[in-house]
Amino acid sequence: MLAFIGRRILIAIPTIILISVFVFTLQHLLPGDPILVLAGEERDPEVLEFLREKYRLNDPIPVQYLAWVGNALQGDLGISLRTNQPVLELIGEKLPVTLQLATMALIIAMVIGIPAGVLSAYKKGTWIDWVANIVALSGLSVPNFWLGIMMILLVSVQLGWLPASGYQPFADDPLQSIKTMLMPAFVLGTAIAATLMRHTRSAMLSVLKSDYIRTARAKGLAERVVLVKHALRNALVPIVTVTTLIFGELLAGAVLTEQIFTIPGFGKLVVDAVFNRDYAVVQGIVLCTGIAFIFMNLLADVAQRILNPRMRDK
Amino acid sequence: MIRTKHIALALAFGVAATALQAQDLRIGLQEDPDVLDPDQSRTFVGRIVYASMCDKLVDITPGLEIIPQLATGWQWSDDGLQLTMTLREGVVFHDGTAFNAEAVAANIDRSQNLPESRRKSELGSITGVEVVDDHTIAFTLGAPDATLLAQFADRAGMMLSPTAFEAAGTDFGLNPVCSGPFSFVERIQQDRIVLDRFADYWNADAINVDSVTFLPMPDTTVRLANLRAGDLDMLERLAATDVASVQADDSLTMEQAVSLGYQGITINVANGAGADNPLGQDERIRQALSLSIDRNVINQVVFEGAFAPGNQPFPPTSPWYNDAYPVPERDVEAARSLLAEAGFADGIDITVQVPNNPVQLQMMQVVQAMASEAGINIELQAKEFATLLADQSAGDYQASQVGWSGRVDPDGNIHQFMTTDGGINDSAYSNPEVDRLLNEARTSTDTDVRLASYNAARDILIEDTPIIYLYHVTWIWALDDAVQGFVPYPDGMIRLEGVTLAE
Repeated sequence: MLAFIGRRILIAIPTIILISVFVFTLQHLLPGDPILVLAGEERDPEVLEFLREKYRLNDPIPVQYLAWVGNALQGDLGISLRTNQPVLELIGEKLPVTLQLATMALIIAMVIGIPAGVLSAYKKGTWIDWVANIVALSGLSVPNFWLGIMMILLVSVQLGWLPASGYQPFADDPLQSIKTMLMPAFVLGTAIAATLMRHTRSAMLSVLKSDYIRTARAKGLAERVVLVKHALRNALVPIVTVTTLIFGELLAGAVLTEQIFTIPGFGKLVVDAVFNRDYAVVQGIVLCTGIAFIFMNLLADVAQRILNPRMRDK
Repeated sequence: MIRTKHIALALAFGVAATALQAQDLRIGLQEDPDVLDPDQSRTFVGRIVYASMCDKLVDITPGLEIIPQLATGWQWSDDGLQLTMTLREGVVFHDGTAFNAEAVAANIDRSQNLPESRRKSELGSITGVEVVDDHTIAFTLGAPDATLLAQFADRAGMMLSPTAFEAAGTDFGLNPVCSGPFSFVERIQQDRIVLDRFADYWNADAINVDSVTFLPMPDTTVRLANLRAGDLDMLERLAATDVASVQADDSLTMEQAVSLGYQGITINVANGAGADNPLGQDERIRQALSLSIDRNVINQVVFEGAFAPGNQPFPPTSPWYNDAYPVPERDVEAARSLLAEAGFADGIDITVQVPNNPVQLQMMQVVQAMASEAGINIELQAKEFATLLADQSAGDYQASQVGWSGRVDPDGNIHQFMTTDGGINDSAYSNPEVDRLLNEARTSTDTDVRLASYNAARDILIEDTPIIYLYHVTWIWALDDAVQGFVPYPDGMIRLEGVTLAE
């Protein structure tokens, strides 16, 4: 297992380099001048030139890239052109926010999605299956921004149950933090629940058809035991894979949800940075989320090997 | 809101709860400010934060008169080449550093000489600073500069603690130290900026809240929902389309002021190959375009009548507005005959670039529809702002829908756009007579002389039309009715002196 993990980490290195080259080049291909944006309404040519030199924007792109890599290897991801904050510090600020939102959304999704999937597979073709499917489909189809604004208007403005938006650090006030994050996590989670429900349903359906389930039933095992111990455990492999990958995606930030609930996570930061041509910030965050995604992939593979002994190395 | 109810309940039971409650005023901003260093920053929302944090040498009244703030008085020499200011005594910065003439000199030096400073041109006229005594400072000018006091009323006049900026250098913005009513506590990008009341503030009696939290919320619907839910106490830049619903809400109040800036269409008349077309070369076509537009219709259709139609760099409410040229009525016939005169009786095609936000696009679609009735077919190019800006500065455009946030002194709205060497003259408009008049207006301290110069320049500019002015934004603030004493200013700033957060 350790050798397997080591191999995977080695393979990940060229992937990360490729991602960073790709993002760096793409950003510089975008029209627009970061220094003009930075200058704002006052544009003193002397200052603009000074800033271009300071941020090395006059160098050829490969030279700029190598300089960035050199600094990155020493743990310096540069500073934000917009606020002068070090990028590493920004990532440290946003990571807990995004992590909390992703975790809460995933928990909500699993709590709804997996039981619904199991149930609808078990009751295939009945009204329960239909209802579960319709709910799942609407979860996928309802746009996040619409659901988000509707929930703010209902839950916060009308009922006053939860804060309308914002972010409270978990360490400062755990309860308030969870309350503030509940609506956005729900909005994100319902969409994912639908995906999870569909995957669980199809995995369960194929397992429920297999011979050993018939055998288990023939042995006279209770239906609950058959379902949970025999069927679900075997259906878990694809579900775990999908779940880990979804979590990886969530770590890249949820732009629309963050925007509506004004959550200071990765998504909002990276979008603002792209519009401001804040190169160092975009570069740093993409690198960070890229690594997170690769890590989640690795985790999915490891989990599969643990759940399914047949996949382990001989 | 919930908190308000609690307090009301407590009061009903005869408990003086207000005294126990630390009052935090939460203000919703449309954007996240940039770096919090007045010498390096550039955004409008950044200035809103400074209004609570950094005092300036002078301030303005809502009527745009210059009044004392850190400077208690000032005097010009007869030739207009020296400005002597008396400074307020007993003022300290948030870090305890004393405010005195030495501190002012160090601040002016930083604004002029920090390589990253964006304030250089604003203070360009100052050639010498002399510390007369502890509380008197004298500025020597290279040439008379009527705009200097107005510059001192904004970022160029904000006084930062010399101790702090000498230690932090260009990183000052990460932990700004000024002398205003509130001091910096923390900032989380895209989330919040928190300021605490400064106990040693010279005007502490006018400050009634314990802290201020600025919360950037770009979505206007969400910003308003937060105000309604009681998670904000006030917000800036309410969408014009939400005005009616706020007015109908008993628990909210609204304040407004016509801004100092403008929105319009800048036309490329000589900025490279982009000017090489009939619109750029023939002022009659530009006049025809201007005549084809009904500015009141724009205001009614797009902004629900909340903004102010305009045709000059200053809003009609400004003392600098030239009454000889009132906002023109739409005249399609006149527009058509101007086009025919220019040789385009069958119509003409032009291209206008516009920022890709829904409101500006909608506004330009209204213009497009009106212009087409006069035979001017506008092709709209929606561009993301950074791209639009780069193209405009490079001269890679025919016409561009942009605006200007406005300055207290009229010079700031016109000189850099219309003079040959102006820093933001993206039209590349050049007329020696306009240069002379605008330079003259800049050097005179006599308001009548200045007004005469601006009016004379307007005579020429209204003919040449390098910029078609369309409207002036109105700043609209929505407030919870617990917030009292807020005074709207045309510069769009939020001044917290006298503002209370009631029960």
